[in-house]
Amino acid sequence: MESIFFFVVAAVAVLSSILVVTCKNPINSALSLVMTFFCLATFYVMLDAPFMAAIQVIVYAGAIMVLIIFVIMLLNVKTETVKRNTHAVLAGSVVGLFTLFLTVWFLIKGSMTGATGTMDKAQIISTGHVELIGTALFTDFLLPFEITSLLLLSAIVGAVILAKKKI
Amino acid sequence: MLALNNYLILSAILFAIGTIGVLTRRNAIVIFMCVEMMLNAVNLTFIAFSRYLGNIDGQVFVFFVMTVAAAEAAVGLALMIAFYNNRESIDVEDVNLMKL
Repeated sequence: MESIFFFVVAAVAVLSSILVVTCKNPINSALSLVMTFFCLATFYVMLDAPFMAAIQVIVYAGAIMVLIIFVIMLLNVKTETVKRNTHAVLAGSVVGLFTLFLTVWFLIKGSMTGATGTMDKAQIISTGHVELIGTALFTDFLLPFEITSLLLLSAIVGAVILAKKKI
Repeated sequence: MLALNNYLILSAILFAIGTIGVLTRRNAIVIFMCVEMMLNAVNLTFIAFSRYLGNIDGQVFVFFVMTVAAAEAAVGLALMIAFYNNRESIDVEDVNLMKL
């Protein structure tokens, strides 16, 4: 049952991500990308990470995609009419497929033994996923968390400066 | 529970599709969306490994990746608006000031 559900959602995710690349109109690409993000949120729920699924939907499918669609409409981006350079498309596809081949090759050949932790499904249910993440974020990762706020501050300042009329 | 390799191969496929999009499209916003898709493929790998190896740290990393993606969205789209104001286009072929 779980594997049937996985393969159906995986097929939807792959199809919509192919649509992102092939659609001529950027708005269609953006809406397909939202579909891909929802499929990924489904996988996060299947992997017992409900908080990650929630922020995937809120931050990615909500905030970032609204920003992108807003810019597409603001700039009034037209559908691509110029014929694409077929050599460039061929070269790009070859490089992308080669990447896929290499990753799958390493997945099949490599061994996946490594560091293991103590988290299991019983602990996620008893402690709660949000509490587990919060504990890790505010103890082990406190310094990176604080640096993240600096990153966001510089991003806000950069966006305001760049979007000014005269640059 | 499903085998870990299912998630990893799906994530590899999404990453490869994103790579193809970045290399073949010329609309800067579509390239940007493909980069977001590659970031999401990596997030899926992080969460799958975190679940199967029983360590929460991978999900904290996904948190940071999402923060970086949000910052990148803000700055990248501001750059595109600035570029559009100068060139009336967001085709990457028009970014040719440093081309020989």
